[in-house]
Amino acid sequence: MNYNVDEKGYYGDFGGAFIPEMLYPNVAELRENYLKITAEPEFQKEFDDLLKNYVGRPTPLYFAKRLSEKYNTKIYLKREDLCHTGAHKVNNTIGQILLAKRLGKTRIIAETGAGQHGVATATVCALMGIECIVYMGELDIKRQAPNVARMKMLGAEVRPALSGSKTLKDATNEAIRDWINNPVDTHYIIGSVVGPHPYPDMVARFQSVISEEIKIQLQQLEGRDYPDHVIACVGGGSNAAGLYYHYLNDTRVNIIAVEAAGKGIDSGASAATSVLGKEGVIHGSKTLLMQTPDGQITEPYSISAGLDYPGVGPMHAHLFRSGRAEFISVPDQEAMDWGLTLSQMEGIIPAIETAHAFAALDVRKFEPDEVVVFNCSGRGDKDLDTYIDYFKL
Amino acid sequence: MKQNRIDLKFQEDKKLLSIYFSAGFPNLEDTVPILKNLQAAGVDMVEIGLPFSDPLADGPTIQESSTQALRNGMTTEKLFTQLEGIRDHIDIPLVLMGYFNPMMQYGIEKFCKRCEAIGIDGLIIPDLPVDVYNEEYKSMFDQHGLYNMFLITPQTPDARIRYIDEVSNGFIYMVSSAAVTGAKTTFGATQTDYFQRIAHMDLKTPTVVGFGISNTETYTAAISHSKGAIIGSAFIKFLEEKGVDQIKDFVTGIRA
Repeated sequence: MNYNVDEKGYYGDFGGAFIPEMLYPNVAELRENYLKITAEPEFQKEFDDLLKNYVGRPTPLYFAKRLSEKYNTKIYLKREDLCHTGAHKVNNTIGQILLAKRLGKTRIIAETGAGQHGVATATVCALMGIECIVYMGELDIKRQAPNVARMKMLGAEVRPALSGSKTLKDATNEAIRDWINNPVDTHYIIGSVVGPHPYPDMVARFQSVISEEIKIQLQQLEGRDYPDHVIACVGGGSNAAGLYYHYLNDTRVNIIAVEAAGKGIDSGASAATSVLGKEGVIHGSKTLLMQTPDGQITEPYSISAGLDYPGVGPMHAHLFRSGRAEFISVPDQEAMDWGLTLSQMEGIIPAIETAHAFAALDVRKFEPDEVVVFNCSGRGDKDLDTYIDYFKL
Repeated sequence: MKQNRIDLKFQEDKKLLSIYFSAGFPNLEDTVPILKNLQAAGVDMVEIGLPFSDPLADGPTIQESSTQALRNGMTTEKLFTQLEGIRDHIDIPLVLMGYFNPMMQYGIEKFCKRCEAIGIDGLIIPDLPVDVYNEEYKSMFDQHGLYNMFLITPQTPDARIRYIDEVSNGFIYMVSSAAVTGAKTTFGATQTDYFQRIAHMDLKTPTVVGFGISNTETYTAAISHSKGAIIGSAFIKFLEEKGVDQIKDFVTGIRA
């Protein structure tokens, strides 16, 4: 089976471009150009140069000695938390800003939940001197004040999304409406592997540098270029897509996806889309999403603002339905405990999103000679307030 | 074969005024009274909006009316129940307009059957692209005598307009400008050029202009190069302020 996107923009049953006609020219322009432009040597040279000298790539593949001893297996962390701006998000925004420039776009819009993608977008817009507008739910603006300040300092305008539930899905709706109203000069930088084709594939390709580096690094460290398990947290799924990308069709590699169970699967306050979601259409893509029986999209919950998206990228919906990936859901409490564990065992304070992934160690047994690679997707600075409240630090 | 009411209406030698409203707004049970008052006021066709939590193509007015309708308890099943027997009172064409996800959850085939039984003439589904419709759903819609209408915008390339014209029945919904729904007070030269450009393409399917029509001036501009116009946001604002009983005033105000 093929786990990459097909020529019609689908991953199995999922994906496609379910967009209003008003967006057709914008999305068609991208679809017709993204592979051509990103394959140009000049593009690749600039992309690689920025990833190396601006983002700080390659990021280390770090052998977590104490964690490995405790769990009696070989655990590696892909240190995306060491990227400029503190998470993997910037890999994608660098790629998309270079693409936008080549398409002659002079204005950038983005959506953000916790603010990480907003900061990564504001950063590359500052780098290129391009106007930047970030849509953010009114509630999230209140919850994520430091990231709002960072975006403003970087010169971006942060516009509150006032509609619906005033969080990430509504910020995405507002960004799409902005794109409808400004179809010619504007590029929309989506932050995850969601949205209409070609976005899920395009974002996955920009994030695929993660597993591209792992192949080289593992070859040196372990004498083979593949691990036995790759593990990442999944909200929309961009860090996971980057981690899995070069192993999607390599069945020697077991894929594990960790979703946020929030206050528990059956609590009514969860973001475990693979368990609670049904097939539907959200933000232009056919995928699994959390909704009422009547087809109204519901508001997910997780203590981590980066995982509370009601859908999941179509690639992940396909990995789930086909059984290619194992899906695990982890409640707030376990994720928070892992934030503390990773800090005190390896000296790495992870983002709460990232902390979810490590809880797989409590659920799954790994053999002593197995190589397990975790995507350490982001650092925890942005979550300090939540950690302080939770642990009464 | 029974003729579709949309075709019969479009054969009439007059310009058409069509009205959109969100079902369940301002009050849950307003659907039938609104339809009766619109027909009595001489409106030619009605688009009944099926509310959705995440209406991507809509501006603030329709979003808010949609949210309020959902809060009032509107659902797909509820709307169908309200519309049962509607053909005893209403003979103008009725079009359901809504996003694809609630229809998927109801079941597309079941949805079509229900529409046919009630006497719905067609659907407008902004986020169901024409190519997906053609491949997966057209034969089902045809079987139930339902038309599916598509949108075009000032940015739609000519070749695509030709393609949409070829597969369309009923009418083509011309979006007046590159924008989400919402009232404007005037149309500029850009819109007039666009209306003329489309008029000169001599499409086989009649066109109706929508988005941004709020008063006599924009209505007159819209119908000067097309068969008719659709008003949504301005009507919803009126309903909110004046209520269901004054609908006649709105319609005479537009056609003055």
